[in-house]
Amino acid sequence: MSLELRGITKTFGALVANDSIDLKVETGEIHAILGENGAGKSTLMNIVYGLVAPDSGEILVDGVVKKISEPSDALASGIGMVHQHFMLVPVFTVAENIVLGHEKTGFAGRLDLNEARERIKKVSDQFNFDVNPDDLIEGLPVGVQQRVEIIRALIYDAKVLILDEPTAVLTPQETDDLLKIMQELKAQGTSIIFITHKLREVKAVADRITIIRRGKVVGNASPSASQSELASLMVGREVELAPDRGAHDVGAEVLVVKDLSILDITGRALVNKVSFSVRAGEVLAIAGVQGNGQSEVARAMVNLEEHVKGSITLNGEEIVGKSVRESLHAGIAFVPESRELDGLIGSMSIAENLILDLHDLAPYAKGIQLFPNVVLDEAAKRRDEFDIRLQNVTDPISSLSGGNKQKVVLARELSRPVKLLVASQPTRGLDVGSIEFVHKRILEERDAGRAVLLFSTELDEVLALADRIAVMYRGEILSIVPSGVSAQELGLLMAGVVHA
Amino acid sequence: MKALSAAQRRRRRSLYVMAALAVLSTLVFGLLQKSGQVVTYGFVLDKEWVLVQQWVINSRTASLLFGLVAVAASGVAFLQFRAGKTIGIASAVGAAGIMMSFLSWAAAGKFIPFTGLLQGALLLSVPLIFGSMAGVLSERSGVVNIAIEGQLLAGAFVSGVVASLTHSTFWGLIVAPFAGCLISTLLAVFAINFAIDQIILGFVLNVLVYGITDFLYKKLLIPYQATWNSGPTLAAIKIPILWKIPLLGPILFDQSIIVYLMYGVVFLISFSLFKTKWGLRTRAVGEHPTAADSVGIKVNRLRFMNVMIAGMVAGLGGAYFTVGGVGAFNKEMTAGKGFIALAALIFGRWTPWGAVSAALLFGFADNLQSVLGIIGTPIPSEFMLMVPYLVTVVAVTGFVGRVRAPAADGTPYKRGESH
Ligand SMILES: Nc1ncnc2c1ncn2[C@@H]1O[C@H](COP(=O)(O)OP(=O)(O)OP(=O)(O)O)[C@@H](O)[C@H]1O
Ligand SMILES: [Mg+2]
Repeated sequence: MSLELRGITKTFGALVANDSIDLKVETGEIHAILGENGAGKSTLMNIVYGLVAPDSGEILVDGVVKKISEPSDALASGIGMVHQHFMLVPVFTVAENIVLGHEKTGFAGRLDLNEARERIKKVSDQFNFDVNPDDLIEGLPVGVQQRVEIIRALIYDAKVLILDEPTAVLTPQETDDLLKIMQELKAQGTSIIFITHKLREVKAVADRITIIRRGKVVGNASPSASQSELASLMVGREVELAPDRGAHDVGAEVLVVKDLSILDITGRALVNKVSFSVRAGEVLAIAGVQGNGQSEVARAMVNLEEHVKGSITLNGEEIVGKSVRESLHAGIAFVPESRELDGLIGSMSIAENLILDLHDLAPYAKGIQLFPNVVLDEAAKRRDEFDIRLQNVTDPISSLSGGNKQKVVLARELSRPVKLLVASQPTRGLDVGSIEFVHKRILEERDAGRAVLLFSTELDEVLALADRIAVMYRGEILSIVPSGVSAQELGLLMAGVVHA
Repeated sequence: MKALSAAQRRRRRSLYVMAALAVLSTLVFGLLQKSGQVVTYGFVLDKEWVLVQQWVINSRTASLLFGLVAVAASGVAFLQFRAGKTIGIASAVGAAGIMMSFLSWAAAGKFIPFTGLLQGALLLSVPLIFGSMAGVLSERSGVVNIAIEGQLLAGAFVSGVVASLTHSTFWGLIVAPFAGCLISTLLAVFAINFAIDQIILGFVLNVLVYGITDFLYKKLLIPYQATWNSGPTLAAIKIPILWKIPLLGPILFDQSIIVYLMYGVVFLISFSLFKTKWGLRTRAVGEHPTAADSVGIKVNRLRFMNVMIAGMVAGLGGAYFTVGGVGAFNKEMTAGKGFIALAALIFGRWTPWGAVSAALLFGFADNLQSVLGIIGTPIPSEFMLMVPYLVTVVAVTGFVGRVRAPAADGTPYKRGESH
């Protein structure tokens, strides 16, 4: 099935999110769309899927104009989509989410989930997804939730499949699996629109590449173009893909974690007696495949976990048992893995989200009084510094594009004087230009004598930033290696292979 | 996982409170009580409400006994909690034990018509149950329903008037749901299509129904009472065999049709909400409307439909006041039951059975207070009013697991507003 967009325009107030976009996706091709955060990629895809109404333009399926004003129209035309922000009901199970909208019923209208369970198991086995149909979504790590979305699209076998940053939360191994799946699907004749910020993936699978900048198509590129060529086309300037990591002095131990265990409510250990330390002026990366306990360790640093044993000290002061607020005020900056859930308050404005951590302190507030102008000034300053693409700092946070939301959290956490920066997947979903910026900021923090604890599933990121790398596997630290380690070796360690 | 453990902590806390109350009631009602008085419990076991069985017991012994039962139940609940099992039954027994311990003390030297006490409780909770089911229907799909009171009242008024005009309880019953539905359709139109604040809207609708019914009552029902406001009432129907079940039979199965309809509504809603396609979609729309929309579910249409059905359920509940009760309509006769139904919904954490349990406990508390008032007890009435509610809170927090308000409750859905 082929898909063609003609002259799609969409404005939000004064902002032109899509500016008369033309795009053609041929049958059985993988068409990559590249663009900065806020370029208008998700908006365009939501228009194709019927979730956003365009101001003008038309959509053609197999050369015929189709009116798509509802997601059900898109589904009926064979268009499926895996959304950038999960479209999963947190309190439902995997199977319930997958049947939603396509339910099968048995006697007396009783829901029949068995067929769905079977199909989920089949797809899950076929692609090594390890997804259990009866797990509750809210208990699953983001990586697994994303797989559920992919399974859903696969089960309803879409002829045109839109993948809006599907790999943002996947591990390198999972990503490779997905790329293979995409190629298999393509071989079966499925057309795929693939949005990603990772140029390696684009080069690996795309047949054609369209580049969008500030709502306009600025050109096409061939997958044979080099990564830096693609990056500069996207951003409109030269981008340094690997940051300079200068020499530096390490200081005293800032963070010492000893015998840290984290249990779930049934008493099973998610993290088992983990010990490590981070010195001032050092980046310790905790690498590992998603779901090996890193998320829990990260959350434990600011006491977001419930059942914690062992000790965590910051400059000799015990953190375990304190409140989240106390741990933050003790001098920790925290960039959570799930920014949508833990990092931002959806109903508040961008400006308010930017100063959330210090909202009750000078200069923003005094006593019971809040000074909105100071807040706005500071927000504008941070917007410029972090290049957050937005119309107005007083807009609700929900109007930002995915990548820009993440920049808001980063801007807030990096603007506070701290002793320790804990960053969990800090560049997930960011475009290459922004990644360059965040990496520079993290290294600046390190050079300014801060201790940095980085959690990342990205090999490249770990290798680019870390001074030492601790690899976590099944809730334990397998080994701590110096930064000189090769990508292959690190990959093996992350898969749980320790060699003599 | 975090939510779970927070819920667990809350449960453990309510278990502590229950255990403390159990010990306290054993001590205060059991040990500190003067001995020598007896309490008499009367039970109807069978036949036409003839008193068949009397249970006479020393009130101190009874208080002590029930208190110890409560202590033991608390202990069992703790063990079950530790083992990660559900604690529903144990905490229900515990709460009942505390209640009975208190009752045996409060009624020392008196006679308690036990069956009557329970039946009265059921009858008082009928409108609460209807109301809270209406709440479940609309709030589970994401529309806050403060207008339950207005829907009950509209149902009561219209069914009373129609029954009176047609001399038929049947027609009275038939029209009641439509009256409730009319009010809830207004709620749906303004809340869903025009995204008006749902709390304010519900409040306005209640005032509107109060105003209209008050007006018509004064101008029409009082002057022309014989034609307009002297409707027949429903008779009790005994369900063969079932009504002979000892103790419970005469309470549950010797009722008017409207009570049986209530059983049906409760079973239907609790089954449908968790086991059918409609229920899955309803919950999805109340939790994450964008997700529901993205799989092709018409969010606002489903919400609209559910709010309308909710109005029908509440309207039927309203008929209980007139054709199901006294026949004649009376000014503001729902007397805030719609709001108590809302409280039951929240205490029941938006689950049908939770809401029913809460409604029954509220009904029981209400009736206990009036029964104790009639037989005369040594305790000040304020205290009497307080104790049952205290038990209610403890029991209901123990009953229900990890459930919170539907995530999108009260938020109008407009496509593309959040992503
Ligand atoms: N509902 C909305 N109201 C106002 N502005 C919006 C809305 N949705 C999107 N925008 C704006 O439109 C622009 C494009 O957003 P979009 O989500 O399409 O970007 P994107 O290319 O997908 O970026 P990312 O890579 O960060 O996901 C952004 O500037 C965003 O703030
Ligand atoms: Mg996007």
